[in-house]
Amino acid sequence: MDFNVGDWVNEIDVRNFIVLNYTPYNGDESFLKAATQKTKLLLSEVKVLMEKERQNGGILSIDTKTISNIDAYEPGYINKDNESIVGLQTSRPLERAIMPYGGIRMVRSSLKAYGRELSPEIEEIFKHRKTHNDGVFDVYTKEMKDCRHYGIITGLPDAYGRGRIIGDYRRVALYGVNRLIEAKQKSLESLNPPVFDEDVIRKREELSEQIRALEALKSMAKKYGFDISEPAKDTKQAVQWLYFAYLAAVKDQNGAAMSLGRVSTFLDIYAEKDLKNGVYTEEEIQEFVDQFVMKLRLVKFLRTPAYDELFSGDPTWVTESIGGICLDGRHMVTKMSYRFLHTLENLGSAPEPNLTVLWSKKLPESFKLYASFISISTSAIQYENDDVMRISLGDDYAIACCVSPMRVGKQMQFFGARCNLAKALLYALNGGKDEIYGEQVGPKFEPVKGNKLNFDEVVSKYKSMLSWLAGVYVNTLNVIHYMHDKYCYEKIQMALHDDDIVRTMACGIAGLSVVADSLSAIKYANVYPVRDEKGIIVDFKIEGEFPKFGNNDERVDSIASWVEKEFMNMLKNNKTYRNSIPTMSILTITSNVVYGKKTGSTPDGRKKGVPFAPGANPMHGRDSSGAIAAMKSVAKLPFNYSEDGISFTFSMTPNGLGKVTQEKKENLSALLDGYFNDTGHHINVNILNRETLLDAMEHPENYPTLTIRVSGYAVNFIKLTREQQLDVVSRTFHTRV
Amino acid sequence: MLDIGKVHSIESFSAVDGPGLRMVIFLQGCYLKCIYCHNPDSWDDRAGRLISVRQLVEKFEEYRSYLKNGGVTISGGEPLLQSDFVANLLAHFKNVHTAIETAGSVTLERALPALNAADLLILDIKSLDENCVKSICKLNIENTLNILNYCEKNSKPVWVRHVLLPGYTLKHKLLRDLAKFIKKFKCVERVELLPFHKLGEYKWHELRLGYTLENVREPTNKELEECVEIFSNEGVLALI
Repeated sequence: MDFNVGDWVNEIDVRNFIVLNYTPYNGDESFLKAATQKTKLLLSEVKVLMEKERQNGGILSIDTKTISNIDAYEPGYINKDNESIVGLQTSRPLERAIMPYGGIRMVRSSLKAYGRELSPEIEEIFKHRKTHNDGVFDVYTKEMKDCRHYGIITGLPDAYGRGRIIGDYRRVALYGVNRLIEAKQKSLESLNPPVFDEDVIRKREELSEQIRALEALKSMAKKYGFDISEPAKDTKQAVQWLYFAYLAAVKDQNGAAMSLGRVSTFLDIYAEKDLKNGVYTEEEIQEFVDQFVMKLRLVKFLRTPAYDELFSGDPTWVTESIGGICLDGRHMVTKMSYRFLHTLENLGSAPEPNLTVLWSKKLPESFKLYASFISISTSAIQYENDDVMRISLGDDYAIACCVSPMRVGKQMQFFGARCNLAKALLYALNGGKDEIYGEQVGPKFEPVKGNKLNFDEVVSKYKSMLSWLAGVYVNTLNVIHYMHDKYCYEKIQMALHDDDIVRTMACGIAGLSVVADSLSAIKYANVYPVRDEKGIIVDFKIEGEFPKFGNNDERVDSIASWVEKEFMNMLKNNKTYRNSIPTMSILTITSNVVYGKKTGSTPDGRKKGVPFAPGANPMHGRDSSGAIAAMKSVAKLPFNYSEDGISFTFSMTPNGLGKVTQEKKENLSALLDGYFNDTGHHINVNILNRETLLDAMEHPENYPTLTIRVSGYAVNFIKLTREQQLDVVSRTFHTRV
Repeated sequence: MLDIGKVHSIESFSAVDGPGLRMVIFLQGCYLKCIYCHNPDSWDDRAGRLISVRQLVEKFEEYRSYLKNGGVTISGGEPLLQSDFVANLLAHFKNVHTAIETAGSVTLERALPALNAADLLILDIKSLDENCVKSICKLNIENTLNILNYCEKNSKPVWVRHVLLPGYTLKHKLLRDLAKFIKKFKCVERVELLPFHKLGEYKWHELRLGYTLENVREPTNKELEECVEIFSNEGVLALI
């Protein structure tokens, strides 16, 4: 094809290609086309399969005889005649693969949960082959195991794929696989220093793995009848090549989040050329996008029920980042940005792919209104602040998972789940003893004495406890990621990265609003601890009023920011694996329910077992000054101390946004402008009635596509556990009546 | 009492109390005692917080970036009971769209300072039928109508509101008369019909006030559609 040339011709540089060739689109959505007949037919078959899967307890079928790999399966189709984009994870749609390198135990227990067994051949292989999970447990200390067991650190990727790595799948379309292999081979040859230390040896081994993975990618595509060794020549090929690259990743890894990156504006360059040259019509281009997205919706992994409790609703986080602003000042909204959002209309609402709009005040108004419209009608998209992220990450970053920004192909992270700061506060009060089990888990020091909690004393003890927690947490992550690199290396995703990349150690925290409100209660009201017969504080009596996070009240909002900064600074004091840069997120996914379950009563009046608020949200029902006040409190949390993201989930009733559709669109868009102008980082927007959710709990069959945003991702509401459904229903729904 | 007002509460976000996104300041005190009121805690004029004009303007400034397509709405309670304070407060909002949400329950003379200071009046017309008004609240409907006439004469934009309460105001004849009446006013830019709801019922019980609508149901969607149709038959667009 006839592209503007630049550095991208001589070296692997997709961003350069995009900037030189993309066409910003300032118009509205009127050019969009409905789904084609082929798409509609295919969609109806997919819907039948998905309903069968639901009726079958969440799993349609499992291939228990094959160890998943990039080219382990024969080609699979839904209905070949109607598929304009092809490729399945296994040889049949929705058939789940087994991926044992993260942990054979996880595979066994997943199979058991669904009444299957691992084939004897595979059992035999893994008598001799160690997995990531085995490696981690060889090294874990008692302290690490205790922290995990008692739930002060939870969700660690020590038994499953860590995920949150985005291959630059666009490279395959732009360059073809041969060129990528050539570049990696050159790197391998030139990595030949006089002294071979651990780093050099590991890097050479990784490069060899990457080259093999690229060869396997070619071979997989060939089985589907495509030679992807050369660059894609038109839109259809570009989508197909890119999808094969992504497909290779989800055949190779069952990472917690397998995000797509930032592909839409890249693909628009091909579409613009093809439209201009009359190669494809708008209908055909929308068909490729619809069918690509349909395939992404079919990506599934085999999980255990315990995993589902943490990350409910069968999420895969196929996150696609849309929009944003180019460093040269132009916005990056193209017709393809619209086409991707339009899939929610053509195919109906769905949680995946996790469509993420990179919002900026400079985005064209027409696009802001269209995105708002899609949010109002589907509740399926999330928004993140490009004006905040672009400063440090440029204009070719994408979101991995929910809120984690990283430069595509140039940066990866070591996913660190999160630790429970509310429980840490209780450990501080109880001298390191677990408030539920009474065991000594944290370092032993003097518990608080007396009948009334003293703010200064509590803060001083809390700081010591946090410092301990940061240390054991980072050490635990070091173990995990050493072993993941060793036993479960992401060879195809890393083949689609530069050789020298930035690595972050992405730590996380849960329970921030509980801690902020607790410290506020201790400071501004009178809090009296209630001890059990062993002297452990198990409850609190609160006298008087205190400011609560989520009401734009500086007295408590500043406490929340203080906790965030304090813990991030403590994380920085620890040595990290592969010299990764420590970062932090305030994000819980759906684990706020499990965290709450494992945490005793807290000084803010929250009772034992009650769920935390998700992410950085104010506690349910305590944000009583209206939506903007809540947003302002969350937006005050500094992004530069939580560069892995700050998640805010926002729910509003449709009538609360205005009386007519045009008004609702404008009002939501204005609300987002305000929040992001306040440097808020992330927001999930749900426009729903509580009654709808209650009805869906009783009659799930009537709501097959009811999608809601939880913390950083969207789910089918009916796939949540009952507990989590109740948690969602209890959240603050902003409304004015 | 120009600089200090009696405030019930401040809501940082509303998209249904005037154009665009708005901050709403609810003033304390109301004599009407409407039987369907969802904020009976705003009646007692001895209660409420004393807040200065400066504090309220500062609060607005904090939220300003969110409210650029909207503004501020003074609601209540009955905001016109503090008409002079409202006039002074609104004068302090520079380049901000201002609205007052009222039942028009005071004399025109008393209402004038606030009326003149606001860009928009959101006027709740309880009913044109005196008996119906009496069954709902303690209002002299003449006051409401005088205020509406004043707005018409002075081209002050008005949004009319009307609560649909089954068995009381939700009657086709009453609604048709209301639609015909409203149609005559050029100042009325918009008509909103508010379906009765029970979200505020718990407050009546908390305050130990006798709630009389326990057996009254919320209007059905079909009823609401019929109401809209009655208005549209008279050439008035009514929004739910």
